[in-house]
Amino acid sequence: MNLLQEEGLQLREVQRLEGHTDRVWGLAWNPATGTAAIPAMLASCGGDKTVRIWQQRSPSSTSFDCKAVLEETHTRTVRSCAWEPSGKKLATASFDATTAILEQNGNDFDCVSTLEGHENEVKSVSWNASGSLLATCSRDKCVWIWEVLPGDEYDCVSVLQGHTQDVKMVQWHPTVDVLFSCSYDNTIKVWAEDGDSDDWRCVQTLGESNNGHTSTVWALAFNKTGDKMATCSDDLTIKIWGVDIASLQSGDDNASWRHLCTLSGYHDRTIFSVDWSREGIIATGAADDAICLFIESEDHSVDGPSYKLLCKKEKAHDMDINSVRWSPMENRVLASASDDGTIKIWKLDSTH
Amino acid sequence: MAPALINANPVVYEKKERPARSRPGDADFNEYAADIIDQLEIFDILSTFLHHIRDIKDPEHPYSLEELKVITEDAIEVDDKRSYVRVTFTPTVEHCSMATVIGLCLRVKLMRSLPSRFKVDIKVAPGTHATEDAVNKQLNDKERVAAALENPNLVDMVDECLTPSYE
Repeated sequence: MNLLQEEGLQLREVQRLEGHTDRVWGLAWNPATGTAAIPAMLASCGGDKTVRIWQQRSPSSTSFDCKAVLEETHTRTVRSCAWEPSGKKLATASFDATTAILEQNGNDFDCVSTLEGHENEVKSVSWNASGSLLATCSRDKCVWIWEVLPGDEYDCVSVLQGHTQDVKMVQWHPTVDVLFSCSYDNTIKVWAEDGDSDDWRCVQTLGESNNGHTSTVWALAFNKTGDKMATCSDDLTIKIWGVDIASLQSGDDNASWRHLCTLSGYHDRTIFSVDWSREGIIATGAADDAICLFIESEDHSVDGPSYKLLCKKEKAHDMDINSVRWSPMENRVLASASDDGTIKIWKLDSTH
Repeated sequence: MAPALINANPVVYEKKERPARSRPGDADFNEYAADIIDQLEIFDILSTFLHHIRDIKDPEHPYSLEELKVITEDAIEVDDKRSYVRVTFTPTVEHCSMATVIGLCLRVKLMRSLPSRFKVDIKVAPGTHATEDAVNKQLNDKERVAAALENPNLVDMVDECLTPSYE
């Protein structure tokens, strides 16, 4: 299927999910759901200090219902959430300086662990591909790596200092245990385990001198194979970075990321969220209330790949868009979360 | 001992005369006219609290921030059609440590007063503050603003600034 040959694609609003009483900050699709047998499940979190679990009515339905409202886990804003790869546990990062681990128990979710250590607001949490490691980041400028031990124990194995300002997001690489963080200090840092000392260290910093961003980097996302990364920023651009995936997988120290191209002129306020679908479509959500979709263009120049706008949905929400997340299935379903307190489910389909 | 004044001799400007606006009940009031939000409306929203904020900022100066020209009508840019507001304020001294607090108060006041469709940028006037870029970045990072507004001490301070005074 070649998206470039499809004419007139548009994002169609399928459903608006209401329930949060304040801005919605984060979204996460449960990776173990959304198959022919298991209805899709989406977690959301926000300024009302709650986490909400939404579930598709049936595997063939386009309607989602709120299945659970988790109100007692955090005392302040829940900034982000992430499912463990098996989909059994949900980690939530909060401005109350803690990260909670919630486990599904029938129709309920119980808090089985609370990770403490950050000095102040925790902004993001991410599981590695195997679910054996967890990373968190905070306004305290630190990134923590936690090892998942039996019995819902989480042991801090490293406190990574290097960013000079608050860290906005952490994200593990989809196939290799390499961690990425992006910050208010305008940089993206790459962290890898040092084979000799068993500790983690910063192996690369992508900043202005590497054609990087000139203001806060809010988010990052990888393509399916993990050889490309998209980052988005307050500088109103999206940047695409590439790596030699073979040398990254072999643990080669020279596996460095380089800037491939910059997408600018598409959003006119801060870009808060970026996500890459398995099919290769990049979605961005911004403070201009718009969602943009990009796809790699076929006319390669000598400078490397280029990307073109597939479509732009203006006024996708009434207020800022904080998160865009593609469904893990290849069904062209996108969820978005906004300051307007709603979550929207979108379907990318043809106008014809 | 009372702390030394940051700015012992502020320049005080006269308040600008402005025409009275028509209100419901006035002969020329047109209740069917579109409710356009303009510069003056924003200024009115802000000046109610600007008269009060002096108590926090400069207790020994009997002047409002308007009189100190921390904020003027001309420094407010409004585009109602595009739902956009930009407020540029001028701290009284280059190292004014209250700049972020004033900026936060301005933002909160507008957040509470304007329809939610509005996008608001708060900036320090170019060249008027030693750490201008850092202050601007912080005031316009909504995650930091959201976190600050969950801090009870800061909220108390902001609320105190925003409470109308009935003196």
